Amino acid sequence: MEMMEKAEYITSEVEDMVVLRNIVKRFGKVVASDHVNIEIKRNEFFSLLGPSGSGKTTLLRIIAGLEKPDEGVVILEGKDVTNLPPYKRNIGMVFQHLALFPHMTVFENIAYGLRLRKFPEDEIKKRVYDALELVKMPPEVFAGRKPSQLSGGQQQRVAIARALVTQPAVLLLDEPLGALDLKIRQHMMLELKRIQRTVGTTFVYVTHDQGEALVMSDRIAVIHEGRVEQVGTPYEVYEKPRTKFVANFIGESNFFEGILRNGAVETSFGLIKVISDIQSGKKVVISLRPERIKVGKAAGDAENRFEGKIKEIVYKGDVLIVMVALDDVEVKVNVPTTHPEARKLEEGEIIAVGWNAGDEAGVFELEAE
Amino acid sequence: MSIRDKVMGLYSAFVYAFLYVPILIVIVFSFNESRTLGHFTGFSLKWYQVLLEDKVVWVAFYNSLNVAVITTLVSLLLGTLSAYGMIRLDIGGKGAIDSLLYVPIIIPEIAEALSLLLFYKFSGYDLGWLTVLLGHIAFDISFVYVVVRARLAGFDRSLEEASLTLGANEVQTFLKITLPLSMPGIIAAALIAFTLSFDDFIKTAFTTGPGFQTLPLIIWSQSARGGVGPELNALTTVIMAISMTIAYIYARLTMEKQ
Repeated sequence: MEMMEKAEYITSEVEDMVVLRNIVKRFGKVVASDHVNIEIKRNEFFSLLGPSGSGKTTLLRIIAGLEKPDEGVVILEGKDVTNLPPYKRNIGMVFQHLALFPHMTVFENIAYGLRLRKFPEDEIKKRVYDALELVKMPPEVFAGRKPSQLSGGQQQRVAIARALVTQPAVLLLDEPLGALDLKIRQHMMLELKRIQRTVGTTFVYVTHDQGEALVMSDRIAVIHEGRVEQVGTPYEVYEKPRTKFVANFIGESNFFEGILRNGAVETSFGLIKVISDIQSGKKVVISLRPERIKVGKAAGDAENRFEGKIKEIVYKGDVLIVMVALDDVEVKVNVPTTHPEARKLEEGEIIAVGWNAGDEAGVFELEAE
Repeated sequence: MSIRDKVMGLYSAFVYAFLYVPILIVIVFSFNESRTLGHFTGFSLKWYQVLLEDKVVWVAFYNSLNVAVITTLVSLLLGTLSAYGMIRLDIGGKGAIDSLLYVPIIIPEIAEALSLLLFYKFSGYDLGWLTVLLGHIAFDISFVYVVVRARLAGFDRSLEEASLTLGANEVQTFLKITLPLSMPGIIAAALIAFTLSFDDFIKTAFTTGPGFQTLPLIIWSQSARGGVGPELNALTTVIMAISMTIAYIYARLTMEKQ
């Protein structure tokens, strides 16, 4: 496919497609970007993940050139573009509300960038049709329609086609699935991944939905209060969160606080063995995923073993969510419904829970208050 | 139908009659054959014929059109640019500028006319075409500004941003995206500006000089001389027809938007 070759060609020279170096952006007193450093590699599906107001969209707009950073450098394809306007950067962007031009047809929308680049008309037609094929919109059916005559999912596809047709080095996506309902959204997630693999363009994807980020991304940057908390593969940010925020924001976690002494944490309900290189005597918090905790007989020989009363059981089909009270702390445990003892669990019963040192997602030092 | 409904119906009928019967009479008697205002003696277009042959009326018509067209174009340009600037630019004192742009709509026209006249006298301008024109423009900018601003305020900024990321610079973006999408507002503003200028009497009367007459001025001066005749009815009918056509176009355009 021609589009793929072109994308390969564009990106072949540099390994880092997008580099943000020490980016600082303030809006009045609010620091939206606080010394951000990110390197995004070519052909990568890279997500900026964070809660709303974390500054992830600001970073995307800085890459696009729609915002100018107060400090720092933006490098695209090895060139410093910090002071270039959006139209001089080799980018495409899909907006949160898509921003299709309502007074133009689907064809004219997609052809817009090509006409500005003064492509001959027959070349434009070929490329627009290719782009529509890429996003699985039969051109004969849709080229002449106005955006208002399309469904949400179809508008989505047109917005992606329009942003990709000029073969940008980087495609920036600002929560484009937010407006879609769940079913179409799940489908579009896989579609986006397929499109990204087909064209090989670097995708930078902003989302607050950890599920979207985990499913689609090659790597994720977790953004919190304008800072990068962690950059890593979905596996890394889920299994080895570097901060308490990441452990809390991505997936679910039990948190136990206590003082770390000689490889164990003194908590309110007992001593928990952990693997950590934090200095002895520090106040720490342990993050433990609900699916890492074993129950019943399986907990028998675990290094950390406690008994507690079952407070609540929620049936979710594939798993039971079991809340177990350990003194004053409630622990959430995911028990697969295939577990041999799953059917025997009952609210009010005493049950053993256990896990080994190292099963925890992380041990994080708490700042002295 | 209850008594109450009947009374209300009758009351409404009177209100409408009071508003529209005089206008209807003007139109009907513009087609009257005889000169008398009391009786309709037969259908005739002769007063329109008289009108067509009246050089003074033609000159006044040309003057009205000339002032209205130039006023519309200039106030459209300045009003649209101010609206765009107010929405897009991040400048200090926006609130004050905005309020000042509304003032000409609120203050009584007679006060405005008088202040214009005083200003022209003070600065030693000879009254005539230019002074009338400037008065109309100064007034119409506000109307254009208000209408276009309302349209731009509801504009999705990300459309312009999308255009920028697709490779269009600011000027191209304005011409290809902002302007076409603001068109309904701009056309509406143009129609309002034209009608206001074409029908204007008070300001024009105050700021015109010897030898420069517009249609409303002709009607006034002739009827003031006691000559409320069928020619005048015909002329009024023509002016009404022009204004109402424009109002109709305006209504159609704004309705299509919804």
